[in-house]
Amino acid sequence: MRRLINLRPERGSRLLLGLLPFVLALLAYLIASAARLADNPSDKLLPSLATMGTALYQMAVVPDARSGNLLLWVDTAASLARLGWGLGISAALGLIVGIGVGITPLLRAGLAPFIAGLSLIPPMAILPILFIVFGLGEVSKVVLIVFGIAPVIIRDMQQRVEELPGEQIIRAQTLGASTVSLVLRVVLPQVLPRLLDALRLSLGAAWLFLIAAEAIAATEGLGYRIFLVRRYLAMDVILPYVAWITVLAFAMDWGLRALSRRAFPWFGAGSTRGST
Amino acid sequence: MSTFSIRNLWKRYGEHVVLERLNLEVRSGEFCTLVGASGCGKTTFLKLLLGQEAPSRGQLLLDGRPLPAEPGPERGIVFQRYSVYPHLTVLDNVLLALELHRSRWLGRLFGRARRQAREQAAAMLEQVGLSDCLQRYPAELSGGMQQRLAIAQSLVRAPQVLLLDEPFGALDPGIRADMQLLIQRIWRETGVTVFMITHDLSEGFKLGTRLLVFDRPRHDPQAPQAFGATITYDIPLRNRRAGDLPPDLAERIAAREPTREESTP
Ligand SMILES: Nc1ncnc2c1ncn2[C@@H]1O[C@H](COP(=O)(O)OP(=O)(O)OP(=O)(O)O)[C@@H](O)[C@H]1O
Ligand SMILES: [Mg+2]
Repeated sequence: MRRLINLRPERGSRLLLGLLPFVLALLAYLIASAARLADNPSDKLLPSLATMGTALYQMAVVPDARSGNLLLWVDTAASLARLGWGLGISAALGLIVGIGVGITPLLRAGLAPFIAGLSLIPPMAILPILFIVFGLGEVSKVVLIVFGIAPVIIRDMQQRVEELPGEQIIRAQTLGASTVSLVLRVVLPQVLPRLLDALRLSLGAAWLFLIAAEAIAATEGLGYRIFLVRRYLAMDVILPYVAWITVLAFAMDWGLRALSRRAFPWFGAGSTRGST
Repeated sequence: MSTFSIRNLWKRYGEHVVLERLNLEVRSGEFCTLVGASGCGKTTFLKLLLGQEAPSRGQLLLDGRPLPAEPGPERGIVFQRYSVYPHLTVLDNVLLALELHRSRWLGRLFGRARRQAREQAAAMLEQVGLSDCLQRYPAELSGGMQQRLAIAQSLVRAPQVLLLDEPFGALDPGIRADMQLLIQRIWRETGVTVFMITHDLSEGFKLGTRLLVFDRPRHDPQAPQAFGATITYDIPLRNRRAGDLPPDLAERIAAREPTREESTP
């Protein structure tokens, strides 16, 4: 018998192993739901799959009686737009400020402590300030996301830049690089895949801040809807919405990873930094 | 014709004197090999020549004018490792050198200029025997191939001086011999001035036109950091042999052990 740590699943069985917990969780839910519904057919806490399917159909295909909108898609579009702006602005800030601070000692001396300080402010604590300053519209929600994740991305990028071997930077100068061309040709391309990684790791936090902001003040959005229907204990809407959000988050994560693999073939298993 | 002049150069880190009273004249086209025990300050000397570190005292002159105080295109360098860019293919690595040189802001060439530069880069890579792997990434090359690439990248726009810090230190003996032939051929063809640090004394004798030995002439057991190393032997190499050095010095250089009882503060 080999040691447990040396037993590796094959390709097919790995997929099955990966699916198993999902299936088990679903099964557990179905059993619990069936038991409760058998007790009390109008129970709202653990709706059956059929009830959730109907609710989802209502949200996704049937126009809303009041506004005439397909709510699921309106909510999804609103949330994704906010998320996209938040992630995009954070990525841009991460690149510009992170590389700037990482590569220029003058900027580092001036900005690094400030950024470290900013990143320690709990973003949710300033949400009221954002609502007061930027109003209840889109801006305050995007700013909350940026405030929540940009400092982390900036510091990550800064660290990545500082991790580049000093030899690379010195040699670029001997090849005639100016500060700008050094950043464009040597630093930027090497930290771009790191940026995608940092974004991926920030996705969870970005969703958190998005839903928090939507829960407090919005007129559409996935988070808004969940908190709205909570008043009617509408678990048949909440659960499919949560599942949908998870699917979206998973797809974004997967997309970023695929982009990284495709765009940066040199960046991967063991191929970082010209090892001898 | 350019001449390197080093006038009474000192380098200290805090209380630690690393180099002292260095005086040297090197005419262009010379091949200086630098040897000395580990930790005696050879790399520090190269950093001063490169402009990466500033001297504590003394002057570095090129044709009577002080050298710029930061690394620049007149001086190329190849380190023991980390000398090439992992995100660029072999061809693009060499092309980068030309692009950085010719395009001040973007560091990028387009159209005809780019095609022309590509040809020049490919020709340079042919000289170092890397024509077969133009599209590979450095991680897919052996250590020796990476160093060839680094040399090609440094030499493609013909710097006046080439600094080499144990460039073959991490390579197998067989590959090393190939690389020695390569660097010697390139040196003859381009006439570039070379400063090369090595721990292999026979390599130093074989390649150089001049062997510079770094050692500490003065030593105070109470304060091991009070005195620095300097060039104790400056040997023109015609038909000299390693036997011309004092035997204990030769041993210490070859043994890669720290000078006397201290190495790091
Ligand atoms: N940035 C620095 N700050 C303080 N001390 C330094 C610094 N750089 C080098 N030194 C010291 O200077 C001395 C010489 O170092 P250097 O790297 O030049 O030696 P070396 O001759 O190249 O050694 P090796 O053959 O092992 O490469 C060492 O004692 C080292 O501790
Ligand atoms: Mg050294």
